Amino acid sequence: MEFKELEKISRNIRISIIKAVHSAGSGHPGGSLSAADILTTLFFQEMNVDASNPKMEDRDKFILSKGHAAPVLYSTLAEKGFFPKEELLTLRKINSKMQGHPDMNKVPGVEMSTGSLGQGFSVAGGVAMANKMDKKNGRVYVLLGDGELQEGLVWESAMSSAHYKLDNLVAFVDWNGLQIDGNNDDVMTVKPIDKKFESFGWNVISIDGHDFNQITEALDAARKFKGKPTMIIAKTVKGKGVSFMEGNAGWHGKAPNEEEAKKAIEELGGVM
Amino acid sequence: MSVKMATRQAYGEVLLELGKENENLVVMDADLSKSTMTAEFGKAFPERFVNMGIAEQNLYGAAVGFAISGKVVCASTFAMFAAGRAFEIIRNSIGYTKANVKICATHAGITVGEDGASHQTFEDIALMRTIPGMIVVNPGDSVSAKKLLRQVVEIVGPAYVRLGRLAVPNVYVEDDNIVLGKGNCIKEGSALTIIATGIMVNEAMIAAEEMSKEGIDIRVIDMHTIKPIDEEIIVKAAKETGGIVTAEEHSIIGGLGSAVAEVVCRKYPIKMEFVGQLDTFGESGKPDQLKEKYGITSEAIIAACKKILA
Repeated sequence: MEFKELEKISRNIRISIIKAVHSAGSGHPGGSLSAADILTTLFFQEMNVDASNPKMEDRDKFILSKGHAAPVLYSTLAEKGFFPKEELLTLRKINSKMQGHPDMNKVPGVEMSTGSLGQGFSVAGGVAMANKMDKKNGRVYVLLGDGELQEGLVWESAMSSAHYKLDNLVAFVDWNGLQIDGNNDDVMTVKPIDKKFESFGWNVISIDGHDFNQITEALDAARKFKGKPTMIIAKTVKGKGVSFMEGNAGWHGKAPNEEEAKKAIEELGGVM
Repeated sequence: MSVKMATRQAYGEVLLELGKENENLVVMDADLSKSTMTAEFGKAFPERFVNMGIAEQNLYGAAVGFAISGKVVCASTFAMFAAGRAFEIIRNSIGYTKANVKICATHAGITVGEDGASHQTFEDIALMRTIPGMIVVNPGDSVSAKKLLRQVVEIVGPAYVRLGRLAVPNVYVEDDNIVLGKGNCIKEGSALTIIATGIMVNEAMIAAEEMSKEGIDIRVIDMHTIKPIDEEIIVKAAKETGGIVTAEEHSIIGGLGSAVAEVVCRKYPIKMEFVGQLDTFGESGKPDQLKEKYGITSEAIIAACKKILA
C-alpha cells in the first residue's frame, strides 16, 4: 500500500483514539497515539487477516501486550472493518464490549485478553510455537511497551522464543521513553534495549516508529530472517499527532476534556 | 493385596493413553518432568511435549498460546510454583479468558517431604478456588486420578488438578463410578461424616474403621472435586449425620474445610471440625514423620470426630 494511504488511515485511527478516550472519560491516549503507525502498517499492509472472517484459518495474529493501549487496537480494528466505528464510543462503559483492556471474548479481531504487562508477550510465544508445531504459515506479531520491559516475565519469554527459534514471531517495542511515574531512565532504566534482546538471541532492528518506510523495511527483513525471532525497537513519541500530548508523561492515562479533544481532533485534520 | 501408587504416577500413565487418543493434546513442563511424570509423554510424543525451563509464569503464558491455537494443554510443575508463583498469570490469562489449560500440579502438601517448607504448599486449593470458572480437583488415589483427569481433559476450559508425590493405597477399583463434581460416599454411616480429599481419603477410611470398632458408625465422603463442590451430598450428610469433620493435606484456612463450611453455614448449620495444616509452614523430614508431626493423619481425624461427639 502507498505510504500516503497508510498516513491517511493512521490519521483516522488517531482521531478515533481521541474520540473514544474522551467519550470514556478515562483511558490511555499517550501510549495509544505512539503506536498508531505501527498498527496501521500491520493491519493495512503486513498481516493476513480478514475483517469479515475474524477466525480465518491460519491467519496472522496480533497481540497487544501493552494492553492499556486498547484504544489504538480497537480504533485500528474498527477502521479495518471488524466492527462498526460507533462502538468505539462505548469504550470503558459498563456492559460494553470495549473493555478498558482488550477482551478476546468480546471483540472480534482481538486475539488475546491482555492488560497485565508481560503476559501478552508470553502468550504470543506460545502461539508462535503452536504454529510451528502445526507447520502453519501464520505469523505472530506482538507489541510491548518500554516500561513493560521491566516485568521479569518479558525476559522469560524472550529467552524461550529464542530457544525455540521462533522466526515466525515479530515483536515491537513502542519506545516512547515515558511511563506513568516519568521517564524510563528516572524510574527504572531499560536501556540498552537492543543489546538486551540481541544477547537473548533475537534479531534486532531499530527504527523510527513513525516512518512507514522504515516500519515496512523492518517487517520485510523480519520475514526473511530465519532461525531467530525479530524484535523491532521503534523509537516513538508518546502522544504523537497531538501537539499538547507529545512527549508528556501526564497523558499516559488521562482523558482529554471536551475542549482538549476538540483541539486534538482539529490538529489531526478531523471534526469532533 | 493393597496397590500403592502416587497420583502423579497415575497422571504420567493416563497422559500416555490420552496422547494416543487425542492428537490435539500438548503437554508442557518447567524442568520437573521427571518428577511430575510428564517425561513419559515427552518420550512417547516428543513433537507435542514442550519444556519451558524454570520459568513458571512463562509456562502458563505459553500454555495459553497453545490453547488459543486449538490445543488442549496439560501444563505441569510443583503445586507451590503453579498456584503460587504463576497465580496471576493463571488468573488473568487462563481464568479470565477461559483458556483450555489444565494446570496439573504435583507435589502438593507436606508429603513433599525432605525438600522442606519452600516446596510444601498448603495454600494452593485456597488460591485456585477463588478464580471464577476454575475447576479444582484433588484425587484421593490413582484409580480416581485417571478417571478424573480424563473428564477434566474432556471439558473445555480451565482446571487445576492437584497431585501428590507420595504413593497411596487404592481406594477404588476400575469399575467404580467417579464423576467430576460429584462427591463419592465410600462408606455409609449416621454418627457423623468425614469429608476428605486427596491423601486424607485413605486416612478417613482408616479413622472410620477404627471408630466402628467402638460402635461409632461414621460416613466417609471423598470430595475429590472442591470446585464446583457437591452441595447436595454435603447437605444430605449434615441432615442425616449431624456433624462434619473435613480432612485435607492443606491449610485449614481456605481449602476443603472452608468450602464445605460455606455450604453448611448457609444451608444446614451443624457442628464442624477441620483437620489439616494448622496455619504453619512445613519442614524437612520423611513424609510419614511429617504427617505425624503436623496432624495429617487418621489419628487427627479421630480426635476431631470425638470432639464433635463429646
